[in-house]
Amino acid sequence: MPPLLEVDDLQVHFFIDEGTVRAVDGVSFSLEQGKTLGIVGESGSGKSVIGQSILRIVPSPGKIVNGRILFQMGPNDVNEQGIIDLVTVDAKGSLARSIRGSEISMIFQEPMNSFSPVHTVGSQIMEALLLHSDLSKAEARNQAIEMLIRVGIPQPENRIDAYPHQLSGGMRQRAMIAMALICRPRVLIADEPTTALDVTVQAQILALLKELQEEFGMAILFISHNLGVISDISDDVLVVYFGRVMEQAPVGDIFENPLHPYTQALLRSVPGIDTPVRTELATIEGSLPDPLTYIVGCPFFGRCNECGGNTVCRDNPYELTKVGDRHFVACPRMCVKL
Amino acid sequence: MSQSDVLLEVKNLKKHFPIYRGVFKKVVGYVKAVDGVSFSIKPGETLGLVGESGCGKSTVGRMIMGAYRPTSGEIWFTPPDGSGKVNLAEMSPKEMKPLRPHIQMIFQDPFASLNPRMTIREILAEPLIVNNIAKGAALEGRVRELIELVGLKVQHLTRYPHAFSGGQRQRICIARAMGLYPRLLVADEPTSALDVSVQAQIVNLSLEIQNQMGLAYLFISHDLGLIRHFSQKIVLMYVGKVVEYAPAQNLFVKPLHPYTEALMSNVPSVRPELVGKKIILKGETADPINPPPGCAFHPRCLYSQEICSNEEPKLRQIGPDHVVACHFSETLTLNGCDAFGCSI
Repeated sequence: MPPLLEVDDLQVHFFIDEGTVRAVDGVSFSLEQGKTLGIVGESGSGKSVIGQSILRIVPSPGKIVNGRILFQMGPNDVNEQGIIDLVTVDAKGSLARSIRGSEISMIFQEPMNSFSPVHTVGSQIMEALLLHSDLSKAEARNQAIEMLIRVGIPQPENRIDAYPHQLSGGMRQRAMIAMALICRPRVLIADEPTTALDVTVQAQILALLKELQEEFGMAILFISHNLGVISDISDDVLVVYFGRVMEQAPVGDIFENPLHPYTQALLRSVPGIDTPVRTELATIEGSLPDPLTYIVGCPFFGRCNECGGNTVCRDNPYELTKVGDRHFVACPRMCVKL
Repeated sequence: MSQSDVLLEVKNLKKHFPIYRGVFKKVVGYVKAVDGVSFSIKPGETLGLVGESGCGKSTVGRMIMGAYRPTSGEIWFTPPDGSGKVNLAEMSPKEMKPLRPHIQMIFQDPFASLNPRMTIREILAEPLIVNNIAKGAALEGRVRELIELVGLKVQHLTRYPHAFSGGQRQRICIARAMGLYPRLLVADEPTSALDVSVQAQIVNLSLEIQNQMGLAYLFISHDLGLIRHFSQKIVLMYVGKVVEYAPAQNLFVKPLHPYTEALMSNVPSVRPELVGKKIILKGETADPINPPPGCAFHPRCLYSQEICSNEEPKLRQIGPDHVVACHFSETLTLNGCDAFGCSI
């Protein structure tokens, strides 16, 4: 069975006056039904743009310049059957609109900015249903209330008529999940959905997402900068840096046996609840390269502890190499200890 | 504890913000942002103030800085000149001015806390000029010393803040705060806006500067892992009140409040194999305008009983230096961080 979603050599470039920003530069992965793929990276790594490309909502002046995004359409979809390439779909056309919100939907970091402040939460949840199905308004309302119950919002009959500002941050994020899942999409893209929340609420939302995934069987693309959150929710993990995949592996391998020096450095730099206190934390020296530069080789060159300025790393073309069952690493000299 | 041992002592500090309604701006209620907080900091020590958003932790920091006037309570500060302790809560801004160099602050957002129209040299020199610390060549020397202290270069002094990354800006904020040789640095979520790799750099720099200059930190954060890494003592707040106050080791190994236990279990760890079962709390933080009766945490608490909704638990001392506000601290067996994957 082919995967639900397959991204192949995706390149998204932003053409600005000063030059070209290669926000996503040759990213490939696949997402299977009922699984969660975590994309982790620091700010500016291009992780959010990957999510936006799939829904074809990359903001201008960004353009998908290369690659394919193959999506397995649902059996009940009226417009199209079989596998379609989302890159070739007209971003403003009816096919894209019928996919958004019904086949693939998205939740964002700040739910306050993603809801319309002048419409009730209920009307915004129902809007998706009314657009994608022939339900009457009353039926849509009932389904919306059911969905609100499902995501754990108390008194849903009253809350459905509340405006977003009347809900707390955690409740708003729950309402956003309800809106995203009301049409039972098969892929959910979650872009930093818990970053604005407190840890206790974050734990609630992560548990809720896992529960709903078990129930509805959707695949989740979970984008976050927080390694702990990624380890909690993902089945597979993609570590991205400067628009490229540095390492890809099942979640256990990434956290117990990280092979890329960048992944290792990232993991060392988090003061978790298990680091010795008041000791020096491992840091990554320097900062991200200038986004306007084009780097042939490893973008981590110059900040890496292992390569020690070895020019092979800079000059050898970037390549993701298979090092184990479902474990891939892009380290030019393979200085990783296998 | 003799008087000179304590740098800052906060006693029963309260800040109630009035809520106005109607044409006549009638006061209809109060947001009890901080409602009876006490703790003390010794010279050179780090106190971690931790809690979820809205618990009042930043308000405590702002009252110590004199940005908010407390509704009631005392803030005793011992200046380094040996003149004896003074109550900052009762001082006018004018009286406070000579004390300000001793207490400095760094903020969460390094993009908002530097004036975009000033060069880094001007930013670093301003507090030195205002407080008559240095002039002329001595001023320039001190500014150069400061920029190097935080790991930046003298060439950077002529640039403007926009030319720097978030981590570098936070370094500049630290340099500006250090210029006046403070005895206490209030750090309000200093790394929350930064990436993890940069966060580690700022954490290391802060520890290094503390060891070098022997100043005390009041470290305010929502990140329990970071607080644990930094602090010798920890104050955990919930809806304006202290729920637990203990030396860091004690708090993490043997927490005495159910909220502490739950919070610890919720810290996402990068070592999944070490992590025990998460405690998923019901509901959300209580409303500080209208907190639940009794213990503010009781609607979410796994162990709550009838008394919890009727009677507010007093802050009690249990064990050396370990203070907690829970009716059942003696009888509950709560999991420390060994259960959630830490290795002290």
